[in-house]
Amino acid sequence: MQVLKKYRNPELIKPMLNEISELSQKLDEELKLMEVCGTHTMAISKYGLRSLLPKNIKLLSGPGCPVCVTSQQEIDEMIALSKMPEVIVTTFGDMIKVPGSNSSLEKEKSRGADIRIVYSPLAAVEIAKENPEKIVVFLAVGFETTIPVIAAALEEAIEEGIDNFKLFVAHKLIPPALEALLNDNEVKIDGLICPGHVSIMIGSKAYEEVVNRYDLPAIVAGFEPLDILDGVKGALKQKVEAQVEVEDKVKAKVENRYGRVVKDEGNQIAQDLIRRLYQVVDTAWRGIGIIPNSGLELRDEYAEYEIRNVIDLDVGDSNEPQGCSCGEILKGIKLPYDCQLFGDVCNPQHPVGPCMVSSEGSCAAYYKYDRR
Amino acid sequence: MEEILLSHGSGGKLTQNLIDEIFIKELDNEILRSKNDAAILDLEGERLAFTTDSFVINPIFFPGGNIGELAVCGTVNDLATSGAIPKYLSLSLIIEEGLPITELKQVIKSVSETAKKAGVKIVTGDTKVVAKGEADKLYINTTGVGSLSTKLNISADRAKPGDMILVNGNLGEHGIAVLSERKGLEFETIVKSDTAPLSGLVSDILEVTDQVKVLRDPTRGGLATTLNEIAEASQVGIKLQEDKLPISETVEAASQMLGLDPLYLANEGKLIVIVPEEEVEDVLEAMQKSEYGVKSAIIGQVTADEPGRVVLENNFGASRVLDMLTGEMLPRIC
Repeated sequence: MQVLKKYRNPELIKPMLNEISELSQKLDEELKLMEVCGTHTMAISKYGLRSLLPKNIKLLSGPGCPVCVTSQQEIDEMIALSKMPEVIVTTFGDMIKVPGSNSSLEKEKSRGADIRIVYSPLAAVEIAKENPEKIVVFLAVGFETTIPVIAAALEEAIEEGIDNFKLFVAHKLIPPALEALLNDNEVKIDGLICPGHVSIMIGSKAYEEVVNRYDLPAIVAGFEPLDILDGVKGALKQKVEAQVEVEDKVKAKVENRYGRVVKDEGNQIAQDLIRRLYQVVDTAWRGIGIIPNSGLELRDEYAEYEIRNVIDLDVGDSNEPQGCSCGEILKGIKLPYDCQLFGDVCNPQHPVGPCMVSSEGSCAAYYKYDRR
Repeated sequence: MEEILLSHGSGGKLTQNLIDEIFIKELDNEILRSKNDAAILDLEGERLAFTTDSFVINPIFFPGGNIGELAVCGTVNDLATSGAIPKYLSLSLIIEEGLPITELKQVIKSVSETAKKAGVKIVTGDTKVVAKGEADKLYINTTGVGSLSTKLNISADRAKPGDMILVNGNLGEHGIAVLSERKGLEFETIVKSDTAPLSGLVSDILEVTDQVKVLRDPTRGGLATTLNEIAEASQVGIKLQEDKLPISETVEAASQMLGLDPLYLANEGKLIVIVPEEEVEDVLEAMQKSEYGVKSAIIGQVTADEPGRVVLENNFGASRVLDMLTGEMLPRIC
């Protein structure tokens, strides 16, 4: 933790804020940066960073909260699954409170459904081993950070012949989502603060295509206050340089400012593991819709491990709750305060949308730390 | 149909809702309404503090303690935080069929040792055994009474702007110690539960001042939740200095790994003390000299702004709301 203390040291943070403030005076217009990752949103709120930045720099949260972008249909399917007596549902804790159309996993648990919170998918494999008469399903929600860990658990289950272990694959991929966002005319973003954890796996190079196509800076940043401010400074600097040299305009670039853990190429072993087990498919994001090549499914030879290939979960058509602005908030078009439900109708005790319950949800972050 | 969820028992907002909307609504009286950890009773001129607590911890043995030690400390501490000298305890057990007798003996031995340390006697009890699966190993209820000096007026609604807030040592250790033993989560840690009887510390404080406004033990829901309760009850603001909060590096590291916030983790040997500003140095000194107060620190101050709200100020000048715990803390996803 001594290492981390450095990144919270006021002796380092204050000069950084001064640099940002000086640079920001050179901006021609407001700078809107999107922090793609929900963990960044949480940290920004937790450390009160928004209040320390100059008024012409805005931080907007992005789609990087895996629970928040899980579609209503999938949530309803997970809930339906948990009601089946032959099934044990295992999940990371974040999914438990997410409201479905009529229920939640938390409510089903209180009614007797066998739902178990695990910290690691390997624990779910253990549960499958201990309960051979049951089907043990792990809710595989998450981005590139989480996918390899779950893939490794599945490989272990396959090797050990634990056939009653299944996945509910609802994984999503970050770069295609960024591409889709930047293609959306409603979305106005001048730069990206890219997710540190995801980047450990996919590498900082993974953002180059997006950066080149849309000519906007993308900074890979860590999660401590100094890391995040350093990311803001990086994007700000690029922006200021780009506006000065009009004739020979400087191209925007990817900067890896989380070099203590992120490599340009990412983690090859993890990437190989994902390719071995999964193939890329189109998938629906909550509030955004279907994004091409942004999801995964198990390859044909492993299809029997996808629970939806084993059990038919017909939940009909699911609709997202009325009035919930999760979609626009995920796209950085609205702030949580702008949602008419925020606070009174929708709060952590009575969440309407997943953004209010996930530990990385924007609404949860604003409600918890930044309530006005 | 609304049902009881685990979050209703977490000590946070949903627990408050149950208390307000069901218990106080149906059982209302002036003593219950004060919502202190112990009821203060007037019995023919004698002032008594009276409280009860049930213990359902899983696992029943954890680093630094067990359910027996906890059952004594919990009730003793609820008495001590009203300023009372704890005297007598009852002990009721609900035992699941199949519990090894050696484990029961070990628990009761801890009850005995802890009671001695806290200066209380166990004077009555009850035993029930239920079929396997109908309880989880062992549940304990203790009820306690203590005597209370008429000079004292300690209550969660007495904090006033300007008062100083102290705590007697490192936060979150009980929470991390228990989590480290929980099934499916086993991890190695050197953190031990802080379970301790606080009656000695309280009497050491009361020796240097009778002006103590609030004493509370931040158990379930942690420091953050208890301070919110105080801010609410006293209708004051509370401002904490983040860098003054005593949190060990191991608890900080384990919390980061698990996605938890130490300010919401349970403590079983911690005391929040609120005193007028002019008393704070004497109280701090008395606390630091006491067995369970060596690492005591001043962590913040009561303010007149934003009544009912707790604000945490960090060392680079930003501040944020420190809310009550809403629901059980859950592991994070990535």
